Amino acid sequence: MKRFAPVAANGLLDRRAFLREGTALAAAVTGYTLTKAASAEPLADAPWSREMGSATPPVQTPSRFEKPVVRTLSNPNNELRNSHARTPHQMLQGTVTPASLHFTINHGGIPDIDPAQHKLVIHGLVRQPLVFTVETLSRYPMVSRMTFVECGGNSAPMFSPEPIQATAQALHGLVSCSEWTGVRLSTLLDETGVDPKAKWFIAEGADSPALSRSIPLKKGLDDAMVALYQNGERLMPGNGYPMRLLLPGYEGNMNVKFLRRIKLIDQPAMSYYESRTYSQILPGGKAYRFYFLQEVKSFITHPSFGHALKGPGFYEISGVAYSGNGRIAKVLVSADGGKSWGEAALQEPVLPKAFTRFRMPWRWDGRPVILQSRAWDEADNVQPLRAEFVARRGETKKPPNPLAFPNQHYNSLTSWAVDSKGEVKHVYA
Amino acid sequence: MSTLKPLAVALALASGVAMADSPGLGTHITEGDIAAWDISILPDGTGLPPGSGTAAQGAPIFAAKCAMCHGEGAKGTPTAAALVGAPPLSGGIETTKTIANFWGYSTTVFDFIRRAMPFQAPRTLTNDEVYALVAYILALNKLIPENEVMNAKTLPQVKMPNREGFIIRFPERI
Repeated sequence: MKRFAPVAANGLLDRRAFLREGTALAAAVTGYTLTKAASAEPLADAPWSREMGSATPPVQTPSRFEKPVVRTLSNPNNELRNSHARTPHQMLQGTVTPASLHFTINHGGIPDIDPAQHKLVIHGLVRQPLVFTVETLSRYPMVSRMTFVECGGNSAPMFSPEPIQATAQALHGLVSCSEWTGVRLSTLLDETGVDPKAKWFIAEGADSPALSRSIPLKKGLDDAMVALYQNGERLMPGNGYPMRLLLPGYEGNMNVKFLRRIKLIDQPAMSYYESRTYSQILPGGKAYRFYFLQEVKSFITHPSFGHALKGPGFYEISGVAYSGNGRIAKVLVSADGGKSWGEAALQEPVLPKAFTRFRMPWRWDGRPVILQSRAWDEADNVQPLRAEFVARRGETKKPPNPLAFPNQHYNSLTSWAVDSKGEVKHVYA
Repeated sequence: MSTLKPLAVALALASGVAMADSPGLGTHITEGDIAAWDISILPDGTGLPPGSGTAAQGAPIFAAKCAMCHGEGAKGTPTAAALVGAPPLSGGIETTKTIANFWGYSTTVFDFIRRAMPFQAPRTLTNDEVYALVAYILALNKLIPENEVMNAKTLPQVKMPNREGFIIRFPERI
């Protein structure tokens, strides 16, 4: 049997084995685990193989065996407050979040918008205010791009002074990645004209709180999009149907859903969400305002809390990495709590401001390990280590409610400890 | 540049190639016809409507339309945050952000109440009711005297204690 060079302690293997040898490695690895396993049962036809299957539905839904793969809800009874639904990262693979499992936060329920009556107005410091409909926007030149959207409060439980025992979904479920298709905002601003005094714009939704944010015009003229489609189909209602603002790499709340109004202005409006909710308190009492950016981050999804490893042998460690600054340049993985690191394979295509799936072959010897990932982006920003991160940004005094948002913009590491029984716990290391 | 455009059009027509111009499918509208949607208030007071209100006028409106979530005397409930109190921000990164300890601009109070409150019936308050509620909440927090009238002129002048408490995270992105 072929041997692959370890790249770091506790069984991390050379990622290039996968890249260069492809199926040969997979076969070799499978061979390794099979030689250790008991002999298989003789094969026989299953009942479902001997009868005609069910009728073909117009819209497919996952197998009945996939019922546990659902979003977790903070407000299932639609009480008079906001509602979060978190993406089950520990049960998904690849880089595209199914639209049905994309995270959502809605601040006043999900409006039931008739697309035939929805309007988008662009006004303020423009030459000519204009109104667009879904129908007219659908005739404009469109662009598609893979982009993650992340809530500024994603990973807030990581500010806890003790590691909260919870899944990747509970800790990091407020980030997802889709292919978004729509019209560049710059195309529409070309048509309205832009007064040179304009420096910001207000984006406002057609939901009940008329959610509004102030956004630098610089971003609006760069890569902002009025998105109409998500993974090829119209936006999901909870993701902003029939149109949303997409600001690649910027805090989720700024990507205003149910978009109905854009007003060009010369100063930020200091709306509730920018001047209160998404301004975060720093140790000492000052607060960050206008954070905008979702900075470089990664976390391991496989294995992670809630998974149980079935004995020693081969496993693939994988997870997602992303940066609001651009492409992921490198992800390192450790199996000894950060003492030694090996470079993970980055699954192509590596796209800017999108999920990048990283993979690391691993042969577990059955002893306790601590798994971590750490990402760098193409601008050489790196995920801060937890000790340096909390030194600058603080921790809560007591473990917070995992559904609460005691602070914002956590982008440090996540550590998973695998014990000798194969159970995975959340730890700080 | 303007002299180049007719030339480009002529070339596009001559070659039969579709022009790269924008589709131009937006419908013209006047600012007057946008007014019902144009509800944003800027920190300098731009956008504040006519009308006025006092804390005394705001108290019964609060009791009738706000207290079921925000609690009696705006002390908060599990559903909605307290609107009074000012714990020091140096007390920890999870300190509750209140109007008195955190909000930098009084105009945000008007903007948010008018656009988003009451939660189950947003944009049903009159401008006078919004001014009265703003006065009630600011007075409860001792940010204005009990009898001060809030209107488009007085509201932007309210001194907010934490006005200078912020650091712009990424100024180069503005």
